[in-house]
Amino acid sequence: MKQVKTLLAAAALAVIGSSVHAADTIKIGEINHYKRLAAFAEPYKKGIELALSEINGSGGVLGKELEFIFRDDQGKPGEAVKIAEELMTRDGAVMLTGTILSNVGLAISSFAAEKGYIYLAAEPLADALVWKSGNPYTFRLRASTYVQAAMLAEEAAKTDAIRYATIAPNYAYGTAAVEAFKVNLKKLKPEVEFVTEQWPALFKIDAGSEVQAIESAKPDAIYNVTFGPDLAKFVREGTTRGVFEGRKVYGLLTGEPEYLEPLKDEAPEGWFVTGYPWYSFTSGPEKEFVDAYIAEFPDETPKIGSLVGYMTAKSIAALIDKAGSTETAALLDAFKDLKVETPMGEITYRSLDHQSTMGAYVGTTTLKDGKGVMVDWSYKDPAPYMPSDDEIKAMRPAD
Amino acid sequence: MGLFVAQLLTGLANAAALFLVASGLSLIFGVTRIVNFAHGSLYMLGAYVGLTLMNHLPGHFGFWGSIVLSGLIVGLIGVAIEICVLRPVYRAPELFQLVATFGVILVIQDLALMIWGAEDQLGPRAPGLKSIVRILGEPVPQYDLALIAITPFILFGLWWFITKTRTGILVRAATQDREMVGALGVNQSWLFTGVFFLGSALAGLGGAIQLPKGGADLLMDLNIISSVFVVVVVGGMGSIPGAFIAAVLISVLNVFGVAYLPQSTLVLMYVVMAVVLMVKPYGLLGREEKAGEHGQVGEIERPIRPAGTVGRSLVGLLLVALFCVPLFASTFTQVLITDIVIFCLFAASLQFILSSGGLVSFGHAVFFGGGAYVSALLVTYSDTPMEVAFLLAPLGAGLLALGIGWFCIRLSGVYFAMLTLAFSQLVWSLVFQWGSVTGGDDGLVNIWPSEWLSGTTAYYYFTLALGTGGILVLRHIIHSPFGYTLRATRDSARQAEATGIDVKRVQWMAFAFAGAMAGLAGGLFVFSKGSIFPNELEIAKSFDALIVVFLGGVKTLSGGVVGGVFMESVKDWLTRLEYWRLILGLLIIAVVIIAPDGIVGSLRKLGEKTGLLKEQESMQ
Repeated sequence: MKQVKTLLAAAALAVIGSSVHAADTIKIGEINHYKRLAAFAEPYKKGIELALSEINGSGGVLGKELEFIFRDDQGKPGEAVKIAEELMTRDGAVMLTGTILSNVGLAISSFAAEKGYIYLAAEPLADALVWKSGNPYTFRLRASTYVQAAMLAEEAAKTDAIRYATIAPNYAYGTAAVEAFKVNLKKLKPEVEFVTEQWPALFKIDAGSEVQAIESAKPDAIYNVTFGPDLAKFVREGTTRGVFEGRKVYGLLTGEPEYLEPLKDEAPEGWFVTGYPWYSFTSGPEKEFVDAYIAEFPDETPKIGSLVGYMTAKSIAALIDKAGSTETAALLDAFKDLKVETPMGEITYRSLDHQSTMGAYVGTTTLKDGKGVMVDWSYKDPAPYMPSDDEIKAMRPAD
Repeated sequence: MGLFVAQLLTGLANAAALFLVASGLSLIFGVTRIVNFAHGSLYMLGAYVGLTLMNHLPGHFGFWGSIVLSGLIVGLIGVAIEICVLRPVYRAPELFQLVATFGVILVIQDLALMIWGAEDQLGPRAPGLKSIVRILGEPVPQYDLALIAITPFILFGLWWFITKTRTGILVRAATQDREMVGALGVNQSWLFTGVFFLGSALAGLGGAIQLPKGGADLLMDLNIISSVFVVVVVGGMGSIPGAFIAAVLISVLNVFGVAYLPQSTLVLMYVVMAVVLMVKPYGLLGREEKAGEHGQVGEIERPIRPAGTVGRSLVGLLLVALFCVPLFASTFTQVLITDIVIFCLFAASLQFILSSGGLVSFGHAVFFGGGAYVSALLVTYSDTPMEVAFLLAPLGAGLLALGIGWFCIRLSGVYFAMLTLAFSQLVWSLVFQWGSVTGGDDGLVNIWPSEWLSGTTAYYYFTLALGTGGILVLRHIIHSPFGYTLRATRDSARQAEATGIDVKRVQWMAFAFAGAMAGLAGGLFVFSKGSIFPNELEIAKSFDALIVVFLGGVKTLSGGVVGGVFMESVKDWLTRLEYWRLILGLLIIAVVIIAPDGIVGSLRKLGEKTGLLKEQESMQ
């Protein structure tokens, strides 16, 4: 009997707030884990805000203001799918974007394909998003795990290290990152062997024993995929116990400011990493973005998330401009080989697999003024590191 | 040999922080019987407070002084929590307080984000202890040795306090028999507050002392809580030496697990817990549980009876209203109600064993997610038609529950709860790790319903029929002879046994049936979302259900459903706001304080007081 009242109340609650569609803005539904992964989502959101103020400052898109609706999914895929439906059917969003966690990205992607909504995955790195589980409605901005690992493998193959140790968080991203590194390195240098593989639970690393296990395998080089608090603990124990001495270390994402900055003066030196050396840009669009970002948020320095957020919003603006409409069919068509001017130069959303050609910075870490930075860095175009077009076509389900 | 010793030392050093946090939790549980979920949050606060202090206080004195000070500060925060949040609800049904501590977690998460910012913070190194010592040729950090040296002193201090001081004797007495201590004129509430201070201070100390080995981040509260529970349970709830032995055991095993079986990091701890509980049901040094053994804590539950005509017609009206929703509401409203109905069925299935069976499961999500995975795997690997895959979801979950139940029902009370938690974690880590089959964290995608159900409205009706149908069946069974038998086993296992009821068998069947119904909810879930990920079988999911059952009213029949509707609607609305966790946390705490019998239970009492409800009517 009490069921009744509250179920009624719920029904009432659900009906409340069928919001009125404002016709003077173009709305984009942005779903992210703003609380669960605040350290990564906040800079991302700021990047979007910067791009929006630029876009709308110069007249918006199609003569209308571009607006992002930011929604928190608590890091749960099921929640994200519900919010996606709400954004598209009630809030009047024309397409979806967002997410950092790969599993949430995959959930939205599958949902988008089922319902015929367009989804631009901004940050999730899982290869499956555009390859094995790719679909006609999903696009992805960032260079995937496979590509970034291949960049490190290429550099690793140049040295005479034979015995490798790997350490990666024990979940899908970690296993994919190790697999990609192994495949690419073996291709370039068949004689390498992997003497130990360490799999700490995500954010629960037992750094001391991991370091000891690596040390006892006596590798020539180490491949690191840990990040966040795990990375900090790994670096500290590793440095204390001297496991990095005389060894080359390859760090996936280790050079990103999100992970390198918290290490302060304990940042590891001489690691070869992928990252984002915003502090050493001197000219061109990369520098302009950094300056604009610091001008907009004086207490902040740009993170890789800021760049991704900025490029996401810019991509969407370019997409709508090219389509000349916000209809899904027109947008899908416009996404084919869409070219976008970004701080990293021009990128293209390949019609082959819906992956953008956003590349990655690689370089070597060092300490400067008590802070970890990347030096001798270069920007790598992702295309040479991808599997061949035929391999990709074979992986993608028929569109 | 050198390596072996070095590994052992690493394990012992790791045990230090774990022991501190776990002994605090164990003390609090032993005396107050509160399962304090927020203990991890106190640990996190200890780390942040310690870090802030260390940045201001220089040198040796500053470093060690900061650690002690953060213990004291966190202890005071614990006192504040105890007085403001927990004191008002001590009289509530057993375990009800865990809902309040869940609210505290949410509040502290947002406050920590506001105060210390989102970025991870690296802890400072201990002055004078920055390098290594070579033991048998292997490098061992000096700070590790310091930790190994400090822990026995803390253990000894606690032991001395508990066994030799008058306060300690009172604490022990309260652990064994709270009421008797009260009857002897000891002021219980101050004893509770004191224990809460000590327990919280230990958590804060644990957070601060681990700083040189890590740092402070916003995820550390939930990251440590499961291992702390494992340590407390393995050691025996309420036992400090037990917590020490278990912390050392778990840490050392973990270290060797890393060395010889690197993939085991997720699961080893739970395997240990499951094995220990099966061999020693009350943990290594725990005593047999007294509370809840005969009858229940708090107010006696009233007899139940089927809904009267008024109740039935109201439910009928509601169903008609829900049936008409697609005629006037948007597709999103249908999606939202679909979500709510699925969650309510899940919560109702938990309430079935929890309220009527008295079996508190901490791992109920394993059946929800298990059912969903059964369907998803069938669709992915054998192209099973959706209808068949869907039917097999409750069946698969039921079988899983039969298997897990066979082990778990041997225990009772909190130990039963912990064993269900261990099993659900085992299944979770299997799904999480077996990437080639389950897709691991990347889950299984593209699990959509058949053509005839693929529209939002069609699926809405499908969920409505099966979801509300499932809830009504559960309710019906409670009123059936089986339901009465189950309630008898809960109220007095001994008397039930004497009347010829096979208690364990009845509990086992109820557990399996609840699992099957959770699996049904999981089947509905997977086809409504089109994908499934391991987070649907996580601890957090189990606790979501647990919390709404308590919030709705554990001593009622409709509590789970009402709590589920309340929570899902409130969350859907609040997550639009910036500081939704803070608001949700405060809201939960407020509800807990205002309605200590749960929403339904308290409304019922209010109704009786104001004369709106007659006694007979209110027995539902």
